[in-house]
Amino acid sequence: MTTNTNSVLACIDGSVLSEAVCDYAAWIAQRVDAPLKLLHMIDHHPEKAVTLDLSGNIGLGSQEHLLEELTAVEQQCSKLRLQQGKLLLQAAKDRVIQAGVADPDTCQRHGSLVESLIELEESIRVLVIGIRGKVHENRPDKIGAKLESIIRSLHKPILVVNGAFKAPQCIMIAYDGSEAAEKALDMVANSPLYKGLTCHLVCVGKDDDKGRTLESAAGKLINAGGIDVVAKRLPGKPEQVLCEYQKDQAIDMIVMGAFSHTRIHDLLLGSFTAKMLAHAQKPLLLLR
Amino acid sequence: MLFLSKKQDWLGNIRGDVLSGLVVALALIPEAIAFSIIAGVDPKVGLYASFCIAVVTAIVGGRPGMISAATGAMALLMVTLVKDHGLQYLLAATLLTGMLQIVAGYLKLGSLMSFVSRSVVTGFVNALAILIFMAQLPELIHVTWHVYAMTAGGLAIIYLFPYIPAIGKSLPSPLVCIVALTGVVIYLHLDIRTVGDMGELPDTLPIFLWPEVPLTLETLQIILPYSVPLAVVGMLESLMTATIIDDLTDTSSDKNRECKGQGLANIGAGLLGGMAGCAMIGQSVINIKSGGRGRLSTLIAGSFLLIMVVFLDTWISRIPMAALVSVMIMVSIGTFSWSSIVNLKQHPLSTNVVMLATVIVVVWTHNLAFGVFVGVLLTSLFFANKISHFMYVESELDDANSARTYRVIGQIFFNSTGKFITSFDFKEAVDKVVIDLHRAHFWDITSVTALDKVVIKFRREGVDVELIGMTEATATLVDRFGIYDKPEEIEKVMGGH
Repeated sequence: MTTNTNSVLACIDGSVLSEAVCDYAAWIAQRVDAPLKLLHMIDHHPEKAVTLDLSGNIGLGSQEHLLEELTAVEQQCSKLRLQQGKLLLQAAKDRVIQAGVADPDTCQRHGSLVESLIELEESIRVLVIGIRGKVHENRPDKIGAKLESIIRSLHKPILVVNGAFKAPQCIMIAYDGSEAAEKALDMVANSPLYKGLTCHLVCVGKDDDKGRTLESAAGKLINAGGIDVVAKRLPGKPEQVLCEYQKDQAIDMIVMGAFSHTRIHDLLLGSFTAKMLAHAQKPLLLLR
Repeated sequence: MLFLSKKQDWLGNIRGDVLSGLVVALALIPEAIAFSIIAGVDPKVGLYASFCIAVVTAIVGGRPGMISAATGAMALLMVTLVKDHGLQYLLAATLLTGMLQIVAGYLKLGSLMSFVSRSVVTGFVNALAILIFMAQLPELIHVTWHVYAMTAGGLAIIYLFPYIPAIGKSLPSPLVCIVALTGVVIYLHLDIRTVGDMGELPDTLPIFLWPEVPLTLETLQIILPYSVPLAVVGMLESLMTATIIDDLTDTSSDKNRECKGQGLANIGAGLLGGMAGCAMIGQSVINIKSGGRGRLSTLIAGSFLLIMVVFLDTWISRIPMAALVSVMIMVSIGTFSWSSIVNLKQHPLSTNVVMLATVIVVVWTHNLAFGVFVGVLLTSLFFANKISHFMYVESELDDANSARTYRVIGQIFFNSTGKFITSFDFKEAVDKVVIDLHRAHFWDITSVTALDKVVIKFRREGVDVELIGMTEATATLVDRFGIYDKPEEIEKVMGGH
């Protein structure tokens, strides 16, 4: 497992989900006794022009003037964003301190979220992020544009938050017997995060082989101790069945492996993770 | 990889890209015509080239938002080829240029740009501006006063029109200049030269054709001496322009992909009956200024240019050359790096010498490649000279033992060996000399030979010589040990400083 110096990283952007992100991050940080870090990215859009001057002429020192002008405009915008980000981070910090985290760390960076997260990957224990950012804030049917690339490029557990915080009591592991699912299972068994929770180990499909591995998987979890295990095998289409089961059993969080196939495979057959992201009502903890 | 691009490079800035693409297309038309005239071919050759190069680089280029088309720098290199052998050989040379650039792209020669210093780039840009201006002179010599009046009026419109409130910043002033001057000529029935007098304009879409040249070694011997400088100048100007756009937009570009993209664009131009081209500094700046950032802007510029010239060919043929000259003078002024003149006083002499030498060589030879070559050479020499100052020898005498210790500190290479040798006092009568080389860096065989010489000279004077720290010093013979790709080794070697 990762060492304790690695922190729970919460990505804040000021959208409606940011508060829930803070709460979940605080919950995890306290349970696994890891430091909490709040990250705010200052997004730049160099592909978008800010000034429009169609006069189409160039004269003495045009290039220098243009550079100065563009620099001045961007400087103003960036200053403003920097300031806004600081306020957001301060608010988030206050919130997690209230939730009981002793000394949260804050971090503000320029550039793209994906690149920054890849740089920070080594120091991440769990990443907590909202399912959609500011751009799609009011579009509950959409998932964030960067989410898939973030999940694909990181190899750390990622909690995707899609609603207000409720301290998880009862979690569900989507189990399919695959290598990724085994790995997810090991992580659940070894992590302090899940101690004292009820854990539904759910396998969708009729395959008897899978059923057998399900039993041994349940055994593994029970052996780990401290977890109440309910193993279930259900027929039907995985994403539908899992979502229904989540509702029926009042599951608070879903744990699953993510994007174990290549992009091309997913492009042709559709990705199970993407479907779950789109349909799940409760936060998803994706284990890579 | 060549055809891969991010969605935001195409669709991230649609409004800005479309509008700037239109502005650039309008400015590209006079340029393409003017550069065709420089090269001595029909305007349609430059126009087809501009269309093709812009469209191809929009898709495969490495720098979104950069405008590539038929350029003056390239046109100047092909003058004698067109004069001596005709258009078909130019098309063949264009094809070969493209192939050479693609090879250069795959060999990653784009990274060689790091040898081209800032002052060489400035010299290149200034020389380019001067060449573009000089190319306009034939249109301004032996003409009636009408032409001077028209050119002056055109320049006035270009620079003053944007100050008119409301419409000033929404209509491209070069276009206003062209329309106004064409109107004046038609209205007053002035008998001055127009674009139609300069050669054939395109009236159809370009068609695919293979250059009609024999595929022999002889053909290669004719075109290769033109293709090589064309390829070099094309890549130089493109990569310099890419750097300028990188700075303006605070983003980065893929230089090697740009080389391949330019190559592919030139092959396309050659097959569609166009001349070789490259990125244009002036137009690219206009594009950024007009709000263009993405690949879409370049694509719109190229395709709109073709649509305009094909459907408006009768009108374009009536544009007076004076209007074109005004636009080109504007491009020349805009390309010139004004700050380089202002900064002449503050910059060190070596920088100024490099810049001016680059300008002078280019203006003299009409070949930007020679200018850059001279500039890079001078920069390297100046650099070697500066580094050789960072070498000194300390010494102290131990009277009791009649021994002197020399401590050599700094870089010893071909240029500093003279200083190195004269730092030793061979006339001093001592029994023993210790040469401490711990903090000395030997870079080449010349320096090692110089050390041998020093040791032998001391021996001849009857002195016992001891070298200490020799292993550290020779470890810097980087060429031999090839440690330059291991940062931790470099750290050990350079630790002395």
